[in-house]
Amino acid sequence: MSLPHLPPNVIRAVYLLASVLFIIGIKQLSSPKSARNGNLLASVGMLLAIVATLLDRQILSYGTIAAGIVVGGLIGTVAASRVAMTAMPQMVALFNGSGGGAAAIVSSLEYLRFARAGLPVPPVSGVTILVGALIGAVSFTGSIVAFGKLQGLVTERAVTYPLQKPINFILFIAIVAASAWLVVAGRTDVMVYAWFAAAALLFGVLFVIPIGGGDMPVVISLLNSFTGLATAATGFSLHNHVLIISGTLVGASGTLLTYLMCKAMNRPITNVLFGAFGAVVKGTGAAGAARAGAMAGKGVREVSVEDTATILAYARSVIVIPGYGLAVAQAQHSVRELADVLKSRGVDVKYAIHPVAGRMPGHMNVLLAEANVPYQELYDLDAINPEFERADVALIIGANDVVNPAARSDPSSPIYGMPILDADKAKHIIILKRSMKPGFAGIENELFYNPKAMMLFGDAKDTVSKVVHAVKTV
Amino acid sequence: MIEQLLTDLTIFVLAIFIGYEIISKVPVILHTPLMSGTNAIHGIVLVGAMLVAGTPEGPLVTALGFVAVVLGTINVVGGFLVTDRMLRMFAGKTPGGR
Repeated sequence: MSLPHLPPNVIRAVYLLASVLFIIGIKQLSSPKSARNGNLLASVGMLLAIVATLLDRQILSYGTIAAGIVVGGLIGTVAASRVAMTAMPQMVALFNGSGGGAAAIVSSLEYLRFARAGLPVPPVSGVTILVGALIGAVSFTGSIVAFGKLQGLVTERAVTYPLQKPINFILFIAIVAASAWLVVAGRTDVMVYAWFAAAALLFGVLFVIPIGGGDMPVVISLLNSFTGLATAATGFSLHNHVLIISGTLVGASGTLLTYLMCKAMNRPITNVLFGAFGAVVKGTGAAGAARAGAMAGKGVREVSVEDTATILAYARSVIVIPGYGLAVAQAQHSVRELADVLKSRGVDVKYAIHPVAGRMPGHMNVLLAEANVPYQELYDLDAINPEFERADVALIIGANDVVNPAARSDPSSPIYGMPILDADKAKHIIILKRSMKPGFAGIENELFYNPKAMMLFGDAKDTVSKVVHAVKTV
Repeated sequence: MIEQLLTDLTIFVLAIFIGYEIISKVPVILHTPLMSGTNAIHGIVLVGAMLVAGTPEGPLVTALGFVAVVLGTINVVGGFLVTDRMLRMFAGKTPGGR
C-alpha cells in the first residue's frame, strides 16, 4: 500500500498551521464561552498534522502506524466516553502518561537508529535524546503511580521508607553518570542506554510514591508539563518544529498552572514534592499536642436529618461548601435538588468553591456544571468569605481541609497558611460526612468540635436525598 | 548542525513565552479543562511516533514503534474527547456568563 507524498515544504507549512491552531485553541480555552470551540480548533490542528505526517516521504510502511492508530483510538475513545466526571483527574493522569511513554520510546528509537547504523551520536543529538527519554519515562511511570493513588490501587498516604533519600540520590547520580557516559563516549552503547532507561522509569515511581493523594493534582499538572517538555525534546531530536512548539507550549503552560495550584494552597512546590505531606501528622509541636488533647476531650454534636431540614428550611441564606466527598458519592445532583427546594421556599443559596476543592483546580465547577447548577451561584474564595458572617447556615458536604481553621491559627499544622473558607463564621455549621476520618491532609479538624457545629453522618448522596424529602414536608 | 540547533532553540524560547502568555489569564473554573486540553496537545508526539514507526528496521523497532503510536493516539483521542465532554457541560447554560 502506498499513499501520495507531499513535498517537505508543504508538510512544514501544514505543521505551522497546526501550531497556530494549537495556540488559538489554548487561548480560547481561557473563556467559558469559547472553550469548547478552542478544544475543537486544537483537535483540527492535530488532525491536519497527523494527515500531513502520513504523507511524509520518510514514511515507508503504513501497517504498523494504521494498526497503532486503530488500537490507540479505540482505547482512547472507550476510556474517554466511559470515565465518570469524578474520575477525571486519574484519567488525565493516564492520558498524560501515555504521551510521556510515547516520547520516551521515540527518543529511544532515535538512539537505536544511530546504534544500528554504527554511527556515533553527535553530542547535541545525544543530549536531546537523553532528555526526552528521561523526562518521558519519569512522566510515564509517575503518571501511572498517580493514577494508582487516585484510583485507590496504591495507598494514598505518602510512602516513606528507610534510606529513601540516599536511594533517590544514588539513583539520580547513576542517571547523571550514565547520561554523561552516553554523551561523551562518542560511540553508541545500547546496554548502558537500557540501564539508563530502566533507572529513569524507576525514578518516576520513586518520585511520586512519597507524595500524598491530596497533592496528586499538583503532581499531575507537573507531569503534564514534563510530557510537554519531553515532546519538545523529541522535536529537537527529529528536527520537527511542530513537536517543539506544541511540546513547549504545554511545558510552559503546565508549569504556570502547577505554580498557580501551589499558590492556591499557599505552599511552595518543593514542600509539595519533597515534604511527605500526606503522612499522618502526629501532634507536631506542643501547640498541636495541646490541640489534639483538647479535641479528644470534647465530643462532636450529631444532628438528625429532620433537624437539618428544619434548620435549612427556615434559614434566610445558606452557603453550600462542596468537597471531594460530594464528588465521590455522586451527590451533585441531589445537592442541586436540595438547592431547588430551598430556593422555592425563598432561601438564598450560594456555593462556595475553594480553589482546590475536588482534586484538580476547577474540578468542583465541572461536577456542579454536570448537575446543571447555574454558574451565577458559584462563588470563589475571595467573593464568598465576607458573606459567611451574614449566612445562617454553612452546609459543608464532604469537604474537610478547605474549612480547617488550623490553616489560620496553628503554625505547626502542615496546612498552615492555606487560604480557607470561613465556614466557622456562619450562625450554624452543618457538616455532612461519612465518618470522623481525617481528610486528605491526614489532620484533625477542630471545626467539628466548634460549639456551633453539627455533624450529619452518612453517605452524601443518600443523606442529601433524605434531607430534600424532609424539607418538602416541613 | 549549529545552525539547525539555533533555529530550534529560537522556536523553543519563543514558544515558552507564548505558552506563558496565553494561559496566564485563565479563570480557575477552567483549570481542569485547560489541563486536560493541553494534555491532549502534547499528544502531538504521535507525529514523532509515526515517523519512527514508518521506517521499519526489524522486529524490535516495529514493536516499539507500534507501542509508541498506540500510546500517542490514546493521548490525542482520549485527551480531546474527555476535554470536550467537560466543556459540553459549561456550554449553553450561561446566558451572559458571570
